[in-house]
Amino acid sequence: MSTETIAPREYQIYSGDDLRTNVLEISMGPQHPSTHGVFRMDVSLDGETVVKLKPVFGYLHRNHEKIAETTSYLGSMPYTDRLDYFCSMTNNWAYALAVEKMAGLAVPERAEYIRVIMAELTRLQNHASLVGFLTNDLGASGTPLLYAIREREHILDLFEWASGARMMCNYMRFGGVRNDLPSGWLAQCKKVVDDFPAFMDEFETLLTGNEIILSRCQNVGVLPRDLAINASITGPCLRASGVDYDLRKVDKYGIYDRFDFKVPLGSVGDCYDRFMIRLLEMRESVKILKQALATIPEGPVNDSKARNFRPKPAEAYGRIEGPKGELGFYLVSDGTPKPHRYHVRPPSFINLTVLEDMCLGQKIADAVIVLGSIDIVLGEVDR
Amino acid sequence: MTLLPTNTSFAADEGLRSELQKAGVFVVSLEWVYNWGRKSSIWPLGFGIACCAIEMICTAAARFDLSRFGAEVFRPSPRQADLMIVAGTVTKKMAPQVIRLYNQMPEPKYVIAMGACAISGGPFKQGYNVLKGVDRFIPVDVHIPGCPPRPEALLHALMTLQRKIENQRTLGSDARRTNPAYRGENRECPIPEFGEHDLVPPYNPEVWKPHTIVREA
Repeated sequence: MSTETIAPREYQIYSGDDLRTNVLEISMGPQHPSTHGVFRMDVSLDGETVVKLKPVFGYLHRNHEKIAETTSYLGSMPYTDRLDYFCSMTNNWAYALAVEKMAGLAVPERAEYIRVIMAELTRLQNHASLVGFLTNDLGASGTPLLYAIREREHILDLFEWASGARMMCNYMRFGGVRNDLPSGWLAQCKKVVDDFPAFMDEFETLLTGNEIILSRCQNVGVLPRDLAINASITGPCLRASGVDYDLRKVDKYGIYDRFDFKVPLGSVGDCYDRFMIRLLEMRESVKILKQALATIPEGPVNDSKARNFRPKPAEAYGRIEGPKGELGFYLVSDGTPKPHRYHVRPPSFINLTVLEDMCLGQKIADAVIVLGSIDIVLGEVDR
Repeated sequence: MTLLPTNTSFAADEGLRSELQKAGVFVVSLEWVYNWGRKSSIWPLGFGIACCAIEMICTAAARFDLSRFGAEVFRPSPRQADLMIVAGTVTKKMAPQVIRLYNQMPEPKYVIAMGACAISGGPFKQGYNVLKGVDRFIPVDVHIPGCPPRPEALLHALMTLQRKIENQRTLGSDARRTNPAYRGENRECPIPEFGEHDLVPPYNPEVWKPHTIVREA
């Protein structure tokens, strides 16, 4: 029996550069705690790194546009509430603006003020809950969200008092708002607005300097300025990339030219910028609210002639700076009481188109934060 | 003391029972204790579909505080959940997933259909892509109307469900007859697929049947 000497084998030491794993495909969603609804991402992973990401939506396609084309102009006002169900007031306003543009309706002074107040309150509660949800995605297990929702309830109480519903307000009408503010509303609103900065301070003490937020959000999901412009990103996501574009300043719709406020801008365009932009915008909203509450005049709030009308054949595009970006309604009238074509330009849907660009090369856990920082609402994405 | 059962099935001497209560001894059936535990720790599935999910979150938050009912533990996995709150519009694309989630939940399982959309299609009923009520496919225990229902309504639905659980038979020969979870049969609902015009099958005949219109000749 001969013995063979075993020659020492040469072991290759991997430097890591040619260490490749198989690409793993994961379907995240539609039931996933951090996809903010029924959104689905088909993610291809190399190790933990995202190499491909395909958003899949349509799980909440509720035929909004088709239903709106089969009902009267006023009939689709309640449906706009359910687009972006966080911000029913701004949805109402954008739609009312489009119809007013088409039919040439004027809005009374007091109604304009009420609209601004409602829109800015909406922005406050939307941004507060967005930051709550974002930290939830970071693993904060709901604690900042509880703070945000506690504050949101005060604003929802105001909405309920004025319109009768907490979330689905259906408050604005063509040529004004549905009803005047109840007595005592403005005083309570002033109190809520005055108390809000205290909440902001508390919130920022908790969050802005937080080590986990800094390390997980900074330089994650960077959206370059050029890409943001080319992909027609709007809203806080665009401004976080350093583009000074706010429809409240650019379009000056309503009476926004009367208020003194600043537009916060980011410099890097990462998740931290998008997160900070929301916090800074809330401070600016409080500023606008204080000015509006101090100067709101008395007077009529709507135009009773505008209830049932038949517009001339025309087309119109009304847009506002919603909390999530440019929300626009495009209407084509053929002279009948129903719109011939009704199209929504949903900000969160269009902001979602750059999700893959922002997530490529990031870790899978960061894709969740990037999605959270875009601020999507599936009712608006799928419509 | 409200803790005591009102519907115990065993016969006990009332006088003896009150004597024992004075001494701190409570005579209840095992079933009552079992149901009391079940109803006080309902774990819902953390699964929101649309607008109602936001009200569901508000219900779980500090102001309305779902944890007063022991139901604040939202589980991300259906394998750990007792209750599915169908919070929002179920579209035809989403319906297979909702039913699959229901099938993945362990027995005993309960469903609350929250909001107009989940119970009937609601304002979107005329839409081509919207399911006209989730109860066409899965058995629903409590329906909540509203668009969206207020958090108080969800709390009321939860209390209604607790009452239902309280009265369920879990032990003894009756349990097999009255409690579907103990019947031993397969409670899996068939998962529909996209057909040529609609979902196939369009409903689950075990839980829902179309209304028959009888016309007099």
